[in-house]
Amino acid sequence: MSEQGKKYNAMELMICLAARFLEDGKTVVVGTGAPCAAAMLAQKTHAPNLTVFFEAGGIAPLLPTMPISVGDSRTFHKAIMASSMIDVMDACQRGVVDYCFLGGAQIDMYGNINSTVIGDFRRPRVRLPGSGGANDLASLTWRTMVITPHDVRRFVPKVDFITSPGYLTGKGAREAAGLPPGTGPYKIITNLCVMGFDEETCRMKVESLHAGVTKEDVVVATGFELIWPERVETSGEPTDEELDLLRNEVDPMKYIIGREAV
Amino acid sequence: MGDSLFLESGEGRLFMDPHPDKAREFFRGKSRAMVDKTMTVTEAVRRFVKDGDYLAVGGFGTNRIPTALLHEVLRQGRKSLGLSGHTATHDFQILAAGGVIDRVDVAYVIGLEARGLSKVARKLFEEARVEVCEWTNAALAWRYKAAVMGTPYIPARVMLGSDTFVKSAAKTVTCPYTGLKLVALPALYPDVAFIHVHRSDIYGNAQIDGITVADFDIARAAKRVILTTEEIVPTDYIRKDPTRTVITHYCVDAVCHVPYGSYPGNMPYAYFSDEEHLREWLAVDGKPETLRPFLEKYIYGTKDFAEYLELCGGEAKIETLRRKEFLE
Repeated sequence: MSEQGKKYNAMELMICLAARFLEDGKTVVVGTGAPCAAAMLAQKTHAPNLTVFFEAGGIAPLLPTMPISVGDSRTFHKAIMASSMIDVMDACQRGVVDYCFLGGAQIDMYGNINSTVIGDFRRPRVRLPGSGGANDLASLTWRTMVITPHDVRRFVPKVDFITSPGYLTGKGAREAAGLPPGTGPYKIITNLCVMGFDEETCRMKVESLHAGVTKEDVVVATGFELIWPERVETSGEPTDEELDLLRNEVDPMKYIIGREAV
Repeated sequence: MGDSLFLESGEGRLFMDPHPDKAREFFRGKSRAMVDKTMTVTEAVRRFVKDGDYLAVGGFGTNRIPTALLHEVLRQGRKSLGLSGHTATHDFQILAAGGVIDRVDVAYVIGLEARGLSKVARKLFEEARVEVCEWTNAALAWRYKAAVMGTPYIPARVMLGSDTFVKSAAKTVTCPYTGLKLVALPALYPDVAFIHVHRSDIYGNAQIDGITVADFDIARAAKRVILTTEEIVPTDYIRKDPTRTVITHYCVDAVCHVPYGSYPGNMPYAYFSDEEHLREWLAVDGKPETLRPFLEKYIYGTKDFAEYLELCGGEAKIETLRRKEFLE
């Protein structure tokens, strides 16, 4: 899809859309990259009282720059607390953390995510880092969000390995497995569209297409059947204020927004 | 999948015995004496790390890591080590490059977060040269906590329903109070822990500034603990501000004075990570013909960490990293 004529790139759009889902007064665990940028942007716009956690123990930092690691000094720069991983994970398990952001190599229609292996587990074609804190956050936080490029290699009918649980096999499966009720995938934000999940089936459902994107673009980039609403909205576009904050305050070095989104 | 929803037990092997009474017997015999434990890194690894031991590494991959001890394990040619792959990044890369590990409890390995993936680390898995058991960051952190508490397991609500559970050595239990299905995470008592701290006295009473990650628990769960420290301070200095003490002397076996010891990792409030050197590692670690001379130059060919640091730019390099840490 051409970005010509647009005053923002796909990464900037995804970050802005993700930021808008973060409500003021709530809590979010973020990693490095786009999720961190989204949380910072939300704080600078509609959600000044959004509390940001990093899984290594940083709580509510005043981020001076984008962190390179979720445990580097920036993640607790002028923080409310320099704590521990167990304190952050305990908070998630206690129900205190509203949102998390995850990524992965593969995702299926129920929002199950693979970040462990491509191919056979014993002798994988590609070995990936594993869960890290992803399974924990997907299991325990109230709403899981994903920011990801949209293509058929990622949006697959069946993930090779469920590292982090989405809705597993459908409605009721998370609860049957023993996961806390009321949790699960919330929004999937890609370079093409925003998706949520159908309440009845827990399957991925398109909510809005980005300006200039067609239904066909999304269909060919998705390896499974999506649910389409009767009327598909058009995603909002970044405002001048958002772009200004993103480019000049959140990520002036363009570590994230300078990256290709696909 | 599907079956895993109701699976009671993971397929992985439990590498370490979670029995609390065996741990109690061990800890009963461990010295609590306030005696001088300072020694060189060479001596600490020679005395406290044996072939086949299971290691836990403190810090967070490229942050407050015990680089000198990791290098020394390679230099002394330890083999068949087990590892708790908890937030392991550059630490894992070093051990993988040295070929010293044969089993891993995985929460996070191979990646260096946003910097990319280590090829030498990936190959260990893709060529099936390590035995693997899957966990999560919280699961390993809670496994340490169960050991710290002296209980055989800790109940939690992670891993359930996932393939991470299937490939773990965890089991599920039913809560006797609520009837909830929970994962029972087995206590993890590592044989040896390596932890880098900001300051310690000669007895191992140590303080960490900034996030502690899992090190409060690792220091208590491990049977033997080797500290490297930026500074050795008098015990009176520790006593002046005891709220900052994270590790106590009766946990610790060796205290090694290693200034800048987290290099090329970040040391909070002291120096930032050396991204250039970490990129060099990632660039060479994919092929034996580039990795071998690199390791020869920086690890096998140096006698200790100070010599390695000198090769990487010494005090002048640290000064630039100090400025970066302080955003100057």
